[in-house]
Amino acid sequence: MDLSFTEQQQAFRAEVCSWLAAHVPTSPLQSFDTAEGFAQHRAWEAMLNKGRWGMVTWPQELGGRGCNLIEWLIFEEEYYKARAPLRVNQNGIFLLGPTLMEYGTTEQKARILPKMATGEEVWAQGWSEPNAGSDMAAIRSSAKLEGDKYIINGQKTWSTRAVWADWCFGMFRTDPQSSRHHGLTFILVPLRSPGITVRPIPQLDGLPGFAEIFFDNVEVDASNRLGDEGAGWSVAMATAGFERGLMLRSPARFQETARRLVDLYTANRESADRDPSIRDAVLRAYLDAESYCLTTYQTACRLNKGGKIGAESSTNKIFWSELDQAMHATAMSILGARAELLPHAPAALGVGTWLDGWLFSQSGPIYAGTNEVQRNIIAERMLGMPR
Amino acid sequence: MDFTFTDDQLLFRDSVREFFVNEVTPERIRTSWETETGRDPALWSQLAELGLTGMTVPERFGGLGMTELDFVLLAQECGYVALPEPLVHTALVAVPLLRDLGGELAAQWLPRIASGEAKVLIGLEQNLLVEDAHVADLLLLQRGESVIAATPDQVSLQHNESVDPSRRLFSVEVQGGAAEVATGAQAAALLTDALNRGALGCAAQALGLAQRMIDVSVKYTGERQQFGKPIGSFQAVKHHMANVAVRLEYAKAPTHRAAYAVAAGQEIASHAVSHAKLVACEAANLAAKNCHQVHGAMGYTWEVDLHIFMKKAWALANTWGDAGFHKQRIGDQIFTKGTALGAGATFA
Repeated sequence: MDLSFTEQQQAFRAEVCSWLAAHVPTSPLQSFDTAEGFAQHRAWEAMLNKGRWGMVTWPQELGGRGCNLIEWLIFEEEYYKARAPLRVNQNGIFLLGPTLMEYGTTEQKARILPKMATGEEVWAQGWSEPNAGSDMAAIRSSAKLEGDKYIINGQKTWSTRAVWADWCFGMFRTDPQSSRHHGLTFILVPLRSPGITVRPIPQLDGLPGFAEIFFDNVEVDASNRLGDEGAGWSVAMATAGFERGLMLRSPARFQETARRLVDLYTANRESADRDPSIRDAVLRAYLDAESYCLTTYQTACRLNKGGKIGAESSTNKIFWSELDQAMHATAMSILGARAELLPHAPAALGVGTWLDGWLFSQSGPIYAGTNEVQRNIIAERMLGMPR
Repeated sequence: MDFTFTDDQLLFRDSVREFFVNEVTPERIRTSWETETGRDPALWSQLAELGLTGMTVPERFGGLGMTELDFVLLAQECGYVALPEPLVHTALVAVPLLRDLGGELAAQWLPRIASGEAKVLIGLEQNLLVEDAHVADLLLLQRGESVIAATPDQVSLQHNESVDPSRRLFSVEVQGGAAEVATGAQAAALLTDALNRGALGCAAQALGLAQRMIDVSVKYTGERQQFGKPIGSFQAVKHHMANVAVRLEYAKAPTHRAAYAVAAGQEIASHAVSHAKLVACEAANLAAKNCHQVHGAMGYTWEVDLHIFMKKAWALANTWGDAGFHKQRIGDQIFTKGTALGAGATFA
């Protein structure tokens, strides 16, 4: 065990830090759930890619830097410290990207990954359906192979980023006789295809962060199938693994929230201490964010040495989503009567972005597999309890 | 950056686990409760033969010369079996304190600890009472701002019964003749280190205790049938157990980092230890609560083994610094202006 960074790692950190200092926009971008903000974020992705900072873990030939997980964690730390924009293409770069590298053909990788890296093509996900939420194997949207095209019919919902995205990925039933997780196929669909209707769904903040997608005889070239026909479930499980696992929510994000929470508490200490539970909640938030960081580093080091990620990764999503919710709840308590105010309200002094974060934190225990589903997975696969 | 244990460290852990699970059974623990000292000299000899009592003793004093980091995985295993013998206290607290005191004291006692002939126990004012003072051949005691060394003939002991029948706690009155072995700044540094090592030992044992409580509960709920099926198949029961697994999973790395920081003498050691003690003991307390719940009325009995582990977890949470002490240490630091926090500060 050696818990110090090598000179090479320190140099890498310095390089990330100085590039971000020179390039991160000085005033925050608008939300990527607005048309203008989406365009701003797309431009930021292009800028990141130009500096080869878009996908540091990707191989060099795909515009990445071939970084290992430790370097990725360092990059993320500097990224959040620099308050750089959120990643509008996170469905693509963190979820589909790694899945493509594992299951994609050479042609697919060459065609899709470079445009994903530049932000030229932004990805939405198409997992859930009205009757297939936690029970994802109940998917009914169908894809029928005719010649070299799939004909897609059905409906997806809760598709994050689908309002302005260019593509979506998802699972479709290719064997009409099949049931449950058999007979499903993972297909990539251009969202501008004829027959597609996207109906935006406003989220708690009033902005259309997700959408319903209706498919009416949509023709998709068969070259957009990822993995084998009928093998969609195992391809999707790999994606879900990345989502719940290390890549989606790096510790830096929560450590920065915890740091801001400590600052908020110390700046409002006199009023906050009237409720003695607040100090304890801030302290716990700090410790949990640190625990999340330490545990992620330990896992990353194990994986770097050839270890495998197992069912214990299901603990990850519960831990960060509940931490995020708790931190924002504490911030709301500290802000007191100002907590409900939108940032532009005249009396909203010092409220920062806590309200937006609080709203978003409500989704954490739900998306990427509800925490109840995660708890079942932990009990059954990690602890070996009976089904 | 390498946050993993070596293959040697893991192999040693595995062999000690096997020995413990075979030798330190709940039956043997229950037998020891009925004896006068509560201690098992035959078991202590076995631990010495395995090199465990001398694991952290420097090689020149007949030990294996290993560090707190080498021992932390073994301390987890001590927790897993709720080992009543003061092995964690010896390897993590007493031996390093003697080593740091040095001189004749170290030369005289360390070889005897390594061979299993002698036990040295430590009493800090942070702890209300002294663990296992009745079997100590030498006591190193905090008296105000000094450390004194007292032999059994120089003290009178009063037994204080603990909820955990394995724990033997004593108030110690020094009759006179005890030697002062450290004072002033030297004593203050030694006492802080001793407290940190004791708290680290609690954290590591708490991890093992939590894991053991999970294991016995998974087994029990897989066997116990109600409504025609094992109660472990019910979601409400599963989620109790999953909640413990989550807290336990995220308490491990902080404990291993604390062991590293202590072994390396890092400035962050006190902070890292307080973090580890808080989260590991919290995980073990949650394990006690939820595992008791899924055992139903059986968990409330003396007969079922769960309480062996549950009571130890309760006791460890409030010794070598209770939660208030460790939260204060963390709070004093993070709520002080100028402390570096946030992304990138963890290993700085």
